[in-house]
Amino acid sequence: MKLNDEEQDILAGKAGPVPQQALQHQIKVGDFFHAKDFVPVTQAHIMADTESLGEAGVQWLEALAATTEGQHRVRIPTITDPRGTDFAKAEWLGQTKGMVDLEQRAIVAFEKLGVAMTNTCINYQTIQPPTRNEHTAFGDTGVVIYANSVCGARSNFEGGPSALSAGLTGRTPRYGFHLPEQRRGTVRIQVDHTPTTLNGWGGLGGVIGRLAGNYWAVPVIEGIEGAPRSDQLKHFGASMASFGSIALFHLVGLTPEATKLSDVAASDLPVHRVTKADVEALQKSYHTDDTVDVVVFSAPQLSLYELGDLASLCEGRKFSVPMLAVTSPQVKPDSDRMGYTARIEAAGGSVLSGMCFYQSYAREISEARGWKRLATNSAKLVNILGGYGYRPMLASMEACVDAAVSGKMVRT
Amino acid sequence: MSKIFKARHAMGPVVCGPALVANDGFSARYDLDRIKGIFSRPAHKLAGQSYVGKILVLDTAKGGVATAWMLHEMKSRGIVPLALVLNSVNPILAQGAALGDVAMLAGFDEDITSAVPNGADVEVNPAEGWVKVI
Repeated sequence: MKLNDEEQDILAGKAGPVPQQALQHQIKVGDFFHAKDFVPVTQAHIMADTESLGEAGVQWLEALAATTEGQHRVRIPTITDPRGTDFAKAEWLGQTKGMVDLEQRAIVAFEKLGVAMTNTCINYQTIQPPTRNEHTAFGDTGVVIYANSVCGARSNFEGGPSALSAGLTGRTPRYGFHLPEQRRGTVRIQVDHTPTTLNGWGGLGGVIGRLAGNYWAVPVIEGIEGAPRSDQLKHFGASMASFGSIALFHLVGLTPEATKLSDVAASDLPVHRVTKADVEALQKSYHTDDTVDVVVFSAPQLSLYELGDLASLCEGRKFSVPMLAVTSPQVKPDSDRMGYTARIEAAGGSVLSGMCFYQSYAREISEARGWKRLATNSAKLVNILGGYGYRPMLASMEACVDAAVSGKMVRT
Repeated sequence: MSKIFKARHAMGPVVCGPALVANDGFSARYDLDRIKGIFSRPAHKLAGQSYVGKILVLDTAKGGVATAWMLHEMKSRGIVPLALVLNSVNPILAQGAALGDVAMLAGFDEDITSAVPNGADVEVNPAEGWVKVI
């Protein structure tokens, strides 16, 4: 990679060992992808739940944080994805003291490095959405795909170590979706219906993600009617990123880089048709049981509007199985003030904050609480939880609330 | 006679070991039981099989960003693949391999999951950018 004078100084250790180590890591990744140089970034977002870090990852963070020589704090606004727990609910979730202590150690280390503990995967709704052509270093695939596609920003998937490195150096290797040529459509999708539910949007994203197939694919989608809401595109993108590792899509006539098809794709790109039946088939493939042990709304964290809808559905209901609604620390106080939290809890539900279900020791929660058959309206969550030993099922928010009352999921 | 396959992307140490091959994806969070060291996602073509000490030969990276931490964590406990050899990877796998110092190759002229027989002994040489069926 070509380094400018400042980068050569960082690499030589003139800014101290912390940015030096960060730049060395970034050069390894940049060389792997044949990046020619670095691009300055304005924000970084770090995925760093301690289930992923483990003891080794936390020790690695603590070693960085213990350094006092030279620059040892981030250079640009750097925030965090959800934590591995909601500290107020850890015991109820069946999480151990060891898990909570590890989480606390990670927080102390991040704070020493100057990282702001926002603990959210919906920063584009709650902190600061990026602007068109803004280069960022975002972690959490749902954040990246929303920022790239809906906001027109430029980011690759930056895992925790790389996002932290970008925060410490203020730059990232210029490859992938930082390059205009990488943002052209590679697969053209014609859809025959526009979903109305969040699980429907997630299901459609899942089908397209599977079809597109890998990180370097860019689906260009035609046929969506009206103007989708932020929460709908949140579920659409998060699911597409989860099923297909996709980081960028274009909705022709809707998203900023695709005013018309020719802006982002050649007209002779082969067309794949995705039908309502395809989306329904994906949803039905997860419906392998009628009994429900737990209902979870999470992945991504819920917006205030989603919590408001959920609170209305909880009115006058009494749950027979646990129901969890997971949101961000920014949204939770508003949910409390608006009375949404109280209405959900009056029905027997729980509103959790600052975590996301699959990033919170999901396997250990399952074993501690006996939760296997899990109902959710998040297509992303059903895609992830199979590997954690769950039998997840996908349904609308309304059907999931009904299931929390009866303990049964009605087949559709 | 040994057969060599060149990769366009490479990093990490030289390693030799048995290949575990499938035309399927890879994500440490989605696909693995990292305590038992096995593929755990029921729909994965390697479900139930141990990945420890194997050279994984797979199609592409799937899923989210957790693998960037998890390869490092798995290596600290010795419950880690010896190398990852894929048709294509996403940045997360590369970032994870960089932090965990795990050998990785990606980008071949043919489908590497068809070219390398399951169970074959293979050598991965990132410095020279190739995988060899011994």
